[in-house]
Amino acid sequence: MRGVIYAMLPALAFSVYTFGLNALLVTLEAVISCVLFEQLINRYLLGRQSSIADGSAIITGMLLAFNVPTNLPLHIIVLGSAVAVGIGKMSFGGLGNNPFNPALVGRVFLLMSFPVQMTSWPTAQGTLIADGTTGATALGLLKDGLRQGEQVSSLMREMPSYAELFFGFQGGSLGEMSAFALLLGLVYMLYRKIITWHVPVSMVATVFLLTAVFWLIDPGKYANPAFHVLTGGVLIGAIFMATDYVTSPFTHKGMIIFGVGIGLITVVIRLFGSYPEGVSFAILIMNAFVPLINRYTKPTRYGAKTVSS
Amino acid sequence: MLFDNHLKTFSKGGVHPADHKLSAGEGIEELPLPRSVTIPIYQHIGAPPKIVVERGDTVKAGQVIAIHEGFVSANIHSSVSGKVGKIDPVMDSSGYKHIAINIRVKGDDWEETIDRTDTLVTDIPYTASEIVEKVMQAGVVGQGGAAFPSHVKLSVPKGKVVDTLVINGVECEPYLTADHRVMLEKPHEVMIGAQILMKALGVSKAIIAIENNKQDAIQLLSTVAQGFPNITVEALKVQYPQGGERQLIEALLGREVPSGGLPHDVGAIVHNVGTTYSVYLAVQKNQPLVQRVVTVTGKSLKKPSNFLVRMGTPVIDLVTAAGGIPEDTGKVISGGPMMGKALADLKVPITKATSGILVIPEAETKRAETYQCLRCGKCIEACPMGLEPYHLMLLARGKNTDKTKEENILDCMECGSCSFVCPSNRPILDYIRFSKAKLKKAVKE
Repeated sequence: MRGVIYAMLPALAFSVYTFGLNALLVTLEAVISCVLFEQLINRYLLGRQSSIADGSAIITGMLLAFNVPTNLPLHIIVLGSAVAVGIGKMSFGGLGNNPFNPALVGRVFLLMSFPVQMTSWPTAQGTLIADGTTGATALGLLKDGLRQGEQVSSLMREMPSYAELFFGFQGGSLGEMSAFALLLGLVYMLYRKIITWHVPVSMVATVFLLTAVFWLIDPGKYANPAFHVLTGGVLIGAIFMATDYVTSPFTHKGMIIFGVGIGLITVVIRLFGSYPEGVSFAILIMNAFVPLINRYTKPTRYGAKTVSS
Repeated sequence: MLFDNHLKTFSKGGVHPADHKLSAGEGIEELPLPRSVTIPIYQHIGAPPKIVVERGDTVKAGQVIAIHEGFVSANIHSSVSGKVGKIDPVMDSSGYKHIAINIRVKGDDWEETIDRTDTLVTDIPYTASEIVEKVMQAGVVGQGGAAFPSHVKLSVPKGKVVDTLVINGVECEPYLTADHRVMLEKPHEVMIGAQILMKALGVSKAIIAIENNKQDAIQLLSTVAQGFPNITVEALKVQYPQGGERQLIEALLGREVPSGGLPHDVGAIVHNVGTTYSVYLAVQKNQPLVQRVVTVTGKSLKKPSNFLVRMGTPVIDLVTAAGGIPEDTGKVISGGPMMGKALADLKVPITKATSGILVIPEAETKRAETYQCLRCGKCIEACPMGLEPYHLMLLARGKNTDKTKEENILDCMECGSCSFVCPSNRPILDYIRFSKAKLKKAVKE
């Protein structure tokens, strides 16, 4: 578990760099609330031993913070943490038994309950003290522009460059902007063998290929695949959310089905839904399919093919 | 070992524990005779043999002291000369008490028929059935760990066609080096042993399988094999548990032994290197299985060694000869760290199945704190039998024994790969063993 926390540090450091100390503050608020809620629920509701030491509450807190704007008020963060840990995890019996990614449960709850606060993104600045200006995310700009009948090519002129998108100089949630920082985390987790490539690669590849098809058909209506992969939550989702041990399938085959499913739903929501972004929903929807996927991708037993005579 | 991707290995599961072969460079050394030996008569899979000596009898080394009962059983010979003492149940390395014969050592007289010289006997004038008979008389059993009587493996049932003999020199357990040393020091004997086994089985092809971390053995045996047509040496990519015969057959031949079946169902027979050497001694030198090579090793041990030991020697003698019990010792294990069993008492005797004695420092014996099962699937990925260990663990914990059988718990070879990879440090194999033991008990009742 500690390895996952280390892997998130580059993205956190980058967020502090672009959004100022607010990023650190929001992360601390979320981590402390998550740990606190887990402790309280264990102690007073379940009468169980503390499970803080497994580190999962810290990760849930960090991931929740990574998925919200850095100017989110404290009470909303505390509420989100309560939902993430309380409903997302502990209500199912604690770590290992939860079908849905707890941080995403908290995030989606907040998105629906506080749509305004959850979508006013502070603009990236590169100073430690935020100046309070807010703006839309690249995906948000795209969605609104298209709704008003504009062409992708003219909208793209207002967008950050690909280098800016890659390194993370764009509006967005606390931890999602910098593809570079997230990829550092991915490389670290692959190197330490904490996760395998199957989920992240199959999910990102699906998003890329599917958006490429639409872009090739009508580049005036659909943005190009590189833009789709570098914006929003595709990378943070693929690297940190969809790879959650508890809520992803067991076998490599299952992981690929899972990743492809997430990619598919993400693209459908982005291109045809009313939300500009769909990674959170896509992961939660596919979380629900994990037991089914596991059932149909059981490992093949050694010696099951041939029958003993 | 970086460039071994072209080498064969088994395809399902597997893990890579650090190999710690501390005693690989230590030549086989004969351990001085103990003052007395305690020879359990139940050292193999199958029926226990019938004791044919009494207290006060004088016996020679190599003399039969218990005769096999039925076909799946094995003879037991005295490993020393001396006087038979108590015949009592004694705790062995399994932790259970079994009848054992105590012999007080006097001199070192061997049965006259036994040739103890090092002269190589290359001619094999015996027929297949004569070989099987000699192997049976000599009490040879598999020395890789399971101790299955070797003559049974050589008697292929009618209707089964065996085409390949596999000599298992994989020794994938970390720390253990006994087979490695036998290959280095007795290469010709191993080759002739393989020829004898081929003759007994009527096969024309034998493969000696060695993992790629034993380069010296691969090179030496490949050279020696040039004088032996039909015997080839195959280097395998290092991966645990490749020494399991099901994994080894799949790695070499691409054939999967059916669940509940035996290797001869897919035309293969596997014998361990140590066993092959014992077969040579039994057939060519009339020497029964009364001594074997045992690795004595451990990080804090002064002198990790490979000893040639008489059966029934107490474990403590070996540890003393290797420099004594280190102060930081936490556990002493019979076998390797993955599949071995902790010993409750160092007076337990070395038996035909003892491949190593591993002394583990206390710091390494402590169980790490366990967390909830995360459903991460790492145990499924690691399982060489394609089972779902986490599921078996949960079923076993819920005492759902019948369901564990449906989930093929009996396919489990107890290699421990699941516990090894578990990020929550759960003792998965302990739960599985618990359920398996209950199932076996239910079958007996």
